[in-house]
Amino acid sequence: MLNATVLDQVLWLVGCWLVVGVLGILALNKFALVARILFPIGGFIGLLLALVAGGALLHPSSIGRKLPLGLPQLLFHFRLDSLSAFFLLILAISAAGVSLFSAGYFRGGQGTAPGLLCVEFHFFLASMALVLIADDAYSFMVAWESMALTSYFLVTANHKLPKIRDAGFLYLLIAHVGAIALLLSFGILQANTGDYTFANIRLQDLSTFWASVAFLLAVFGFGAKAGIVPLHVWLPEAHPAAPSPVSALMSGVMLKMAIYGLLRVAFDLLRPHIWWWGVVLLVLGLVTALFGVVFATVQSDMKRLLAYSSIENIGLLFAAMGLGLLFRSYGMNSLAALALTACLYHVGAHAFFKSLLFLTTGSVLHATGERNLGKLGGLIRFMPWVAWLALIGALASSGLPPFSGFISEWLLLQSFLFTPGLPQPFLNMLIPVATASIALTAALAGYAMVKFFGVVFLGQPREPKLEEAHDAGLFEKIGMGWLALGCIALGLLPNLVLTFIDPVTSSLVGYGLARQAKASGWWLLTPTTFERASYGPLLFILGVIAAITFTFILVRILYHGRLRRSIPWGGGHPWGNSRMQDTAEGYGQPIRQVFEPFFHLDRHLPKPEDTAPEYSVVVSDKFWNGLYMPIVKGVQFISAQVGRLQQGRIAIYLLYSFLTLLFTLLMVPGAHR
Amino acid sequence: MTNLSLELINLFAAILLMLAFAMLAQRRIVTLVHIYALQGLTVVCATSVVAYVTHQDHLYYSAALTLVLKVFLIPYILHRLIRRLDVRWDKETLLNIPSTMLIGIFLVIFAFNLALPISKLSTSVSPGTLGIALACMLLSFMMMITRSKAIPQVIGFLSIENALFFAATSATYGMPMVVELGIALDVLVGVFILGVFMFQIREQFESLDISNLENLKEE
Repeated sequence: MLNATVLDQVLWLVGCWLVVGVLGILALNKFALVARILFPIGGFIGLLLALVAGGALLHPSSIGRKLPLGLPQLLFHFRLDSLSAFFLLILAISAAGVSLFSAGYFRGGQGTAPGLLCVEFHFFLASMALVLIADDAYSFMVAWESMALTSYFLVTANHKLPKIRDAGFLYLLIAHVGAIALLLSFGILQANTGDYTFANIRLQDLSTFWASVAFLLAVFGFGAKAGIVPLHVWLPEAHPAAPSPVSALMSGVMLKMAIYGLLRVAFDLLRPHIWWWGVVLLVLGLVTALFGVVFATVQSDMKRLLAYSSIENIGLLFAAMGLGLLFRSYGMNSLAALALTACLYHVGAHAFFKSLLFLTTGSVLHATGERNLGKLGGLIRFMPWVAWLALIGALASSGLPPFSGFISEWLLLQSFLFTPGLPQPFLNMLIPVATASIALTAALAGYAMVKFFGVVFLGQPREPKLEEAHDAGLFEKIGMGWLALGCIALGLLPNLVLTFIDPVTSSLVGYGLARQAKASGWWLLTPTTFERASYGPLLFILGVIAAITFTFILVRILYHGRLRRSIPWGGGHPWGNSRMQDTAEGYGQPIRQVFEPFFHLDRHLPKPEDTAPEYSVVVSDKFWNGLYMPIVKGVQFISAQVGRLQQGRIAIYLLYSFLTLLFTLLMVPGAHR
Repeated sequence: MTNLSLELINLFAAILLMLAFAMLAQRRIVTLVHIYALQGLTVVCATSVVAYVTHQDHLYYSAALTLVLKVFLIPYILHRLIRRLDVRWDKETLLNIPSTMLIGIFLVIFAFNLALPISKLSTSVSPGTLGIALACMLLSFMMMITRSKAIPQVIGFLSIENALFFAATSATYGMPMVVELGIALDVLVGVFILGVFMFQIREQFESLDISNLENLKEE
């Protein structure tokens, strides 16, 4: 295996994942075997895959291979280039962490049998890997659909609850509508040649109109998977329904498959690049980002909050991609490389911190049985490991240095600041608004994360049962720690990461950032020039540590030095009660006021004379009532009309076939004449 | 082909048509089975004549097969079914019998009109027999639609098959043996399956009236 090409190694490892899955079938109900042995093996395969993919990035090469699978005349083509290798790296690293976590997470005796979960989980991983190395539309779609199906079964692992089945159905529906759009898009891309290999698609020279149609279909199809507004509705339903490791994989990795697909189509397969494509992606991305983050701040279910935060991050990725496409269409390749670097960096950053955060919600859920923020609190005392790891994820997610999120958002803002160079006055007016909304999104993301971390882990427990919460097990700690390490590494070693991103941008837009970024030394990140902007994470962290130490010393020794203990979040009251501390709803209330037009609010206010007053507010999505319900009603109406044909009487059905027969017989003489 | 044999085939065709109308008009189920057996016998005779005239030996086999299957075996099975299920009479038909007959006449005219241009395409097809075969098929179909009990519907289905077989052998002088064997087997299996179904329907609804099946419709 060591002498094999990189692609063969990848294929072998993917095959190993499949084998691990099949072994799960053999050990259908042997919980200990599946959890303690098969899942760690899956994680180890992930590690090996990460090494292989990383190696492929450092020594960029592009190897193709045909596998005699599939239909007789339609072989599966696979190829590993730097774009695939980069996403494969992200997939493999995240998968390693999530698999290790799963080894400790899945408990016996609930929902799907452990062996089946093992099958679905590893097939899911394998199909994502196959999506990345597919080199023709046929194998791409096969892998894409098996990814959708396996994730559907994972989402509905606890299928006995009707709510979870509904969420799964919504997910499957939107995934399939998206897949149809992709199929049509590939159909246009092959330009009537009948050859669906990517190599052939690259050669086609489509007219502007058809290229645009293909592009828009691809945006729709991949957007449905990624959760672009207004196709985002499945995300906040599916994530709370799914087991936490599955949410982690879906949000951290599977959404990135859509980003990969769009990058592949927009930058690699489609030849002409038209400037307004970039604008479409940019606007969609910004709307999605703002929408997602505003909704994230008002959620009171921790997994829903994270799901909306994923929508926001996908929006940022789309915006970065759009900006890259815009620069590319004007031939400004170095700036396109900057925007794409920001995009790819954020892909990695989001994959790690969002997986980490979802895993921590899993641990909290297991320890307390609660997802509702209103019934959690104070967990840092009972689950210190989970709390500190969640803090790392939350800080990275808020885009604070020295963690991963900061660098990607900083790079994104840097690339936005260069847009005045664009030769379009209209765009030059639009972009400052976009920049401002990116900044607003980043700030609100921080707000949402403060809410998430604060309400769950800080303050006092809101329910007595929380005091019995236990910390995560060993496997869970290792899994989360691995991902947290990823967040820190991406934050502290940007130049090292850039050497991995470099081959990708070089292959897509012909320009790499790494050489310039390292020009001022390995510790300093200078994406453009030293004068313009630079960031040294190590220097920064030293500065922060120094400042904190100094302040600590100042306060403890010089100022007063007394230690006073009081109830956390007591609000200064002499006697406290855990219900009196700030709640998730209370914390989100200002945002709910400011952005009221975004929401559909169902408020129930008690009357003054009510002796048992109850207050409730349900925040829901306007898109649901405004866009989806009319479609649902239309479909139901048409179905009801068609349903009238179904009388249930055999005589009527026979009459239908009789009339059909008479009609076709009438046609016969006409056809012969 | 001699004149006599042509006339004979035309005679059998006419008998077949008469029997089809008789079936349409008949409400006693036992008599329906008898008519079905007679229909089978007519087809056997017609097939034998064609075999004798055209010297196609395999048509004799298929005539023998038809004799065993459609004149003896299937009517026997149907008789047993009727006795065991104890259904001798059909209820009121969905459409009263005189108007069914009127529609039947229109169907015959339609079938003859249809057969005319088709028979012009080929010399071996006689317009009369093809028209009658088509008419018989449509009439049997019609009978399936108008009956409300399961057994008459099965008989209607079987007589459609008879008409098709007649069209194949007499109007176009035979088809490959394999096809005939296949069809014969299909019919036999079909009768068994329908028999099982009829027992099932009765177990479920305590009646063979297929209007009970309407309850299966999703609301």
